[in-house]
Amino acid sequence: MIKRLSACIREYKLPSLLSPVFVSLEVVMEVFIPLLMGKLIDNGIEKGDSSYVLKVGALLVVICLLSLFFGVAAGTYASKASAGFAKNLRRDMFHNIQTFSFASIDKFSSSGLVTRLTTDVTSLQNAYQMIIRIAVRSPAMLIFSLSMALSINAKLSLIFVCIIPLLGAGLAFIVSKAHPVFKRMFKVYDKLNTVVNENLHGIRVVKAFVRENEEEKKFRGVSQTIYKLSKKAEFYLSYNAPLMQISSYTAMLLIAWVGAKLIVSSGETELTTGELTSVISYTMQILSTLMMLSMIFVMLTMSRAAGERICEVLDEKSDLISPESPVTQVRDGSIDFENVGFSYSGDKEKLCLKNVNIHIESGETVGIIGSTGSSKTSLIQLISRLYDVTEGTLKVGGVNVKEYDLDVLRRSVATVLQKNVLFSGTVKENLRWGNENATDEELTEACTLAQADSFIRELPEGYDTFIEQGGTNVSGGQKQRICIARSLLQRPKILILDDSTSAVDTKTDALIRKGFKEYIPETTKIIIAQRISSIEAADKIIVLDGGEVSGFGTHSELIASNEIYRDVYYSQQKGGKENE
Amino acid sequence: MSDNMKKIPPKMPPKMPPNRHGGVPMKIEGMKLDPKVIKRIFSYMSKKHIVLLLCVVACIFLSSLANVYSSLFLEDLIDGYIKPMLLNGSDDFSGLLSMLLRMAGLFALGIVATFTYNRIMVVVAQGVLKKVRDEMFTHMQSLPIKYFDTNSHGDIMSRYTNDIDTLRQMISQTVPQVISSAVTIVVTFTAMVTSSIPLTSVVIICVAFMLFFTGKIASQSGKFFMKQQDALGDVNGYIEEMMTGQKVIKVFCREDKTKEIFDEKNEELYRNAFSANKFVNMLGPINNNLGHLQYVILAIAGCFLAILTAAGKFPESGFMSIFTISAGTVVAFLQLSRSFTMPVNQISQQMNSVVMAMAGAKRIFDVIDEESEADEGYVSLVNAKYGDNGEITETAEHTGLWAWKHPHEDGTTTYTKLEGEVRFFDVDFGYNEEKIVLHNISLYAEPGQKVAFVGSTGAGKTTITNLINRFYDIADGKIRYDGININKIKKSDLRRSLGIVLQDTNLFTGTVKENIRYGNLDATDEQIIEAAKLANAHSFISRLPQGYDTLLTNNGANLSQGQRQLISIARAAVADPPVMILDEATSSIDTRTEALVQKGMDALMKGRTVFVIAHRLSTVMNSDVIMVLEKGVIIERGTHEDLIAKKGKYYQLYTGAFELE
Repeated sequence: MIKRLSACIREYKLPSLLSPVFVSLEVVMEVFIPLLMGKLIDNGIEKGDSSYVLKVGALLVVICLLSLFFGVAAGTYASKASAGFAKNLRRDMFHNIQTFSFASIDKFSSSGLVTRLTTDVTSLQNAYQMIIRIAVRSPAMLIFSLSMALSINAKLSLIFVCIIPLLGAGLAFIVSKAHPVFKRMFKVYDKLNTVVNENLHGIRVVKAFVRENEEEKKFRGVSQTIYKLSKKAEFYLSYNAPLMQISSYTAMLLIAWVGAKLIVSSGETELTTGELTSVISYTMQILSTLMMLSMIFVMLTMSRAAGERICEVLDEKSDLISPESPVTQVRDGSIDFENVGFSYSGDKEKLCLKNVNIHIESGETVGIIGSTGSSKTSLIQLISRLYDVTEGTLKVGGVNVKEYDLDVLRRSVATVLQKNVLFSGTVKENLRWGNENATDEELTEACTLAQADSFIRELPEGYDTFIEQGGTNVSGGQKQRICIARSLLQRPKILILDDSTSAVDTKTDALIRKGFKEYIPETTKIIIAQRISSIEAADKIIVLDGGEVSGFGTHSELIASNEIYRDVYYSQQKGGKENE
Repeated sequence: MSDNMKKIPPKMPPKMPPNRHGGVPMKIEGMKLDPKVIKRIFSYMSKKHIVLLLCVVACIFLSSLANVYSSLFLEDLIDGYIKPMLLNGSDDFSGLLSMLLRMAGLFALGIVATFTYNRIMVVVAQGVLKKVRDEMFTHMQSLPIKYFDTNSHGDIMSRYTNDIDTLRQMISQTVPQVISSAVTIVVTFTAMVTSSIPLTSVVIICVAFMLFFTGKIASQSGKFFMKQQDALGDVNGYIEEMMTGQKVIKVFCREDKTKEIFDEKNEELYRNAFSANKFVNMLGPINNNLGHLQYVILAIAGCFLAILTAAGKFPESGFMSIFTISAGTVVAFLQLSRSFTMPVNQISQQMNSVVMAMAGAKRIFDVIDEESEADEGYVSLVNAKYGDNGEITETAEHTGLWAWKHPHEDGTTTYTKLEGEVRFFDVDFGYNEEKIVLHNISLYAEPGQKVAFVGSTGAGKTTITNLINRFYDIADGKIRYDGININKIKKSDLRRSLGIVLQDTNLFTGTVKENIRYGNLDATDEQIIEAAKLANAHSFISRLPQGYDTLLTNNGANLSQGQRQLISIARAAVADPPVMILDEATSSIDTRTEALVQKGMDALMKGRTVFVIAHRLSTVMNSDVIMVLEKGVIIERGTHEDLIAKKGKYYQLYTGAFELE
C-alpha cells in the first residue's frame, strides 16, 4: 500500500525530502538551545560573567533565528508536499476512474467514489504532512536529546534510559488496547450514519407508517453502542496522562537526588548545577517526544483505512481496454449476437442473459420488450462494450467488439441510457457532449429530430438556458429529448434508446420515430420500450423473458407465435384502441 | 508537560454524504461565545454529572499545582540545598531527601488527580454527547415534513457527525485544558511576581508580542482557509456531479475533457491548500522560537541583575530592592517563564476550537429547538366489534374491524366505524402563505372507490395526498375522514389507517422480510409472503440468494427499480389499511407485471378506498373517478368514458395530443 501511495508523490519529492531535512536541522538547533542555556547558567549567571552571558546569549539568538528559519521552511515544504501529494492522489484516482468499466463503477458506487476522492484524500493528506514533519521530528529529537544528555553526564542519563523503555512499553500497551476499540467504534459510527441517512431519505415512509418510535429505538441502540465503545476506548486513553506524569516526575526526582549528590560529593567537578538543569530539560523533551510518537502511531493506524480504500481505486484495472492494434473503422451498423451469455459477476453459473443468437442488419429498427428484470438493459449495454460478454461473441459491423478501439466503437454506437444525466451547463454545452465541434445548425437539426427544438426555444434563454445539476429545471420528458438529441449529434452507426421516451407522450414519441426513419435511415436503431406502440412498427422485435430470447420477429409474427408478446399487446390494447 | 500533552487521537472524520459545497457547512465568522449556548450544554448534565464536574475542577487544580511545583522545585533544589551544601561542604542529605519525599507526595497526589479527572471527564463528556445525540434524533422524528423539505440532508447529517464531534472535543479536551492552563498561569504568574517583578514585566512584554504575532498569522491563514474551503467545495461538487454521471461520460467518450477540467480545479485547490497550511505550519516554530528568544532575553537580563546584586549594587530596601535577585532565582525564573508561556499559547490556540464547538452546538440546538409537528387530535383508532344490538364497541383484541373513538366535551364517547370515506371541502393549500398551490379542491371518495389524479408535474397531485395524511396542513377548507375533521384525529392513528406507496421507494438496511414487515410489525412470516405474492414480488424474492432473508443495503441497490417498487407495494399491503394511496407506485414496472400487481391490489382493496397517481393512463383508466389537475385546480372529473366523451384535456392526453410534463 505504501509503495502504491508513494508513487503519487512525483514532482513533490524534493519538498518531501527538504521538509524532513529542515526538520532535522531545526531539531539540532533546538537541542543546542538547552545545552547553551545550561552553559549560560553555569559559566555566566553563576559566575557573574556578564560578557560570557552576552556572548552565549548572542549565539543563542542566532540559533533561535536559524531554528525559526528552519522551522518555517520545514513547515512550508511540508504543506507544499502534502497538498501536492493530495492533488496527485485525487488526480490519479480521478483519471483512473475515467478508465473504469461500468462493472467497476457499479462495484464502487458513485457515493463510494466520492468519499474516496474527498474525505479519504484529506485524511491521507494530513497523515502525510504529519509523517514528513512530526514523525521525523520526534525520533530526531529523541536521538539528539539522548546523545546530548549522555554527553553531559552518562551516569545521570542512565536514570531515564531506564525509564524510557518502561514508558514506551506502557504507551504501546495503551495504544494496543485502545486501537481495536476505536476501530470497532468507527464501524458503529458508519452504522449510525446509515440509520440517520436512511431515516432522512425515508422520512415520509417513517411517518406514513408511524414508525417514529421504532426508528428511535434503532437509533438509541446504535447510540448506546457508541457510548459504550467510546467510553471504553477513552478509558484506556485516560491512562496516558498519568503514565506520562509518573515517568516524568519519577525521572525528575531521581535525577534531582542523584544529581544533587553528585554535585555535592564532587564539588561541582563531575556535574554542575547548570548541567543538572540541562539534563532535566532533555529528560522532559525526550519523554514528551515519546508521547508524541505514540500519538502519531495512533493517528497513522487510523488513516490506514483511508489509504486502503484509495489504493482499491488506484489498483482497479479496467479489463475493458482497447486491444493492441485496434480496428479504427466501424464498417456498418449490423450487429451479431452469437451464443452470447452475460453475467455481471462474470460467473458462468449465474448468467442473466443466456444463449442470445440474433442478427441485426445495418439500418434496421429493432424493438426490445420484456418484463421487469428480463435483462433488456444488460443486452444493449453489451453492444458498445459497456460490459464484456461472459460467453459467446458479439460483432458490430462484422467485427468482434473486442477488436475495436473503444472510443471508435462507442462513438459509432450511441447509447441513450435509461438513467440519464444532464450536467450543469447550458443546453448547448450539454448537447455538445455528443459532438464538440457541432455547429449551431447541427444542434438545431438534432433537436428538431428529437422533437426538442420547439420547447428549447421556449426556455427563458433558448439554447443558452442554464441546466441545473441533474437537469432539475426541465421536466422528465424534456430531459429525455435533450438526451436523445445529444446522442444524435454523435452521428452514430447504431443508436440505442433504453426506455428513453418513457416520459414523452405517445404522439411526440411517434414523431421522433418517424424522424428517425426519414432522416437517419442508415443508422441501426434499437429501442427498448414499455409501450408496444413504440416498437410495433419496428423491422424486428426481440421479446426477452428471464434473460432468454423468447421471440424474435415482426409484430405480426410475434402476435401469431409469441404468447408473452400477445399478453403484453392485449394488456395495453384493452379499451384503448383509439390510442393513436 | 504532563496533562497538557494529553490529546485524544483525532477521530477519523465519520463518513457522511458529501454535500455540494464539500467541507463543513459551518460559518465561524462573527460567532461569539454565547453564554446561553454554554448554559445549554451544561443543562445536559445530570446532577450527578455536575457533582462530578466539580470534582474534575478540584482534580485539575491539584494536578496543575503539582505540575507548577515541578518547575518551582528546581530553584529550591539549587538555592536551598545544593548551593548551601556546596558552601558548607556538608554531606548530610537528610534535608534534601525529606524535601524530595515531600515533592514525591505532592506529585503522587497530582498523578492521582490527573487520572481521576481524565476518567470522570470521559463519563461526563460521553454521557452528555449521548444525551444530545438521542434528543436530537428523537426530536427530529417529531418534526414536520416541511423541515426535511427545506433542509439539505447532508447538512442535517453533518450535525450528527461533525458538530457532535466538535462538541466532544470541546468538552473532553478544551475545557480541562483551559482550566488547567488557567490554574498554571495564575500559579506561575504569582510565583514569577514574587521572585522578580522586573523579569516578570519582561515576560509580559514578550507574551504580548507573541500573542500579537500569532493573531496576525491566524488571520492570514484564516483568509486562505476560506479560499481553500471554496476551492474544496468546487472540486467536491465537480467530483460529485461527474461520479453520478460517470456512465454518461463513458458513453460519450468524454473522459479526456472531464480530466482536463478536473485537473484545473484540482490545481487551484492545491494552491490554496498549500497557502493555508503554510501559515498554520509556521505557527508552531514561531511560537516555539519566540519562547526561546524570550528565554534568552530573560537569561541576559536576569544575569545582569544577578551580577549587580552580587556586587551589592541594589540596596537592601526601598524601590530598587525589587531588582535584587540571586543566580538560583534566575535559573528558577527561567523555568517558570517557560511554564507560563506554554499555557498562554495553548489557550490562544484553544480559543479557535471553542468557537468552532459553539457554532456546532448552536447548529445542534437549532434542530432541537425546531418546532414539532403539531397534533391536537383526540380521536383515536381502536379495535372494535359489534355489540349485541349491532352497535360498535371497543375491544382489546384484533378483530379486523376498526373504529374511531371520538370523546366529546360532554363526557360521552361515540364510535364510528372506519370505512375510508374521504371528503375535501374547498381546500386551499400552499407550501408557504404567499404561494397557494391548490385552489378550491373539493372531492368525494366513497369507501371502496378508486380515485385517480392525472396532471402535469407540479399540478398538485402528490400534494393532495400529502394533505390526507397531514404531512402538510391545509390553509383553508376542510377535510373529513369518515365524517370526522382530520384535524381532530390523532396524527399517528390517521396515518396508520392510510397505506402509502410513494414515488421514490425507500428501503431500509435489513432483510427483505424486515422491510416488508415495516408495514406491520406484528405480521407473521406467512402474512409477509402473502403480501409479497399479492404485489407479485414473491417470485423474484424467492430467486434472491437468501430469499426473504436477503440483506438489502443502500436502499436496495442490488435490486432493479421495478423490484424496489414491488417490495414497497408489499410493505403497504401487509399493513392492510382501509385507505391506500399509490403515488406513481408502478411507474418503473412494466405493463405486464403492472397488470398482475393490479389484479392482486384490486383483490386486496376490495371495499377500500384507493387514491392513485399515475403518469401512465393505462394505470388509472379503470378508476371510479379520474380528476384532471392543472395548476392546482381540478379542471375535469369523471370516469374514463365520461372524460373521453367530453373531449377535453383528458381526451387530449389520452390521444397523445397533449404531453404531460
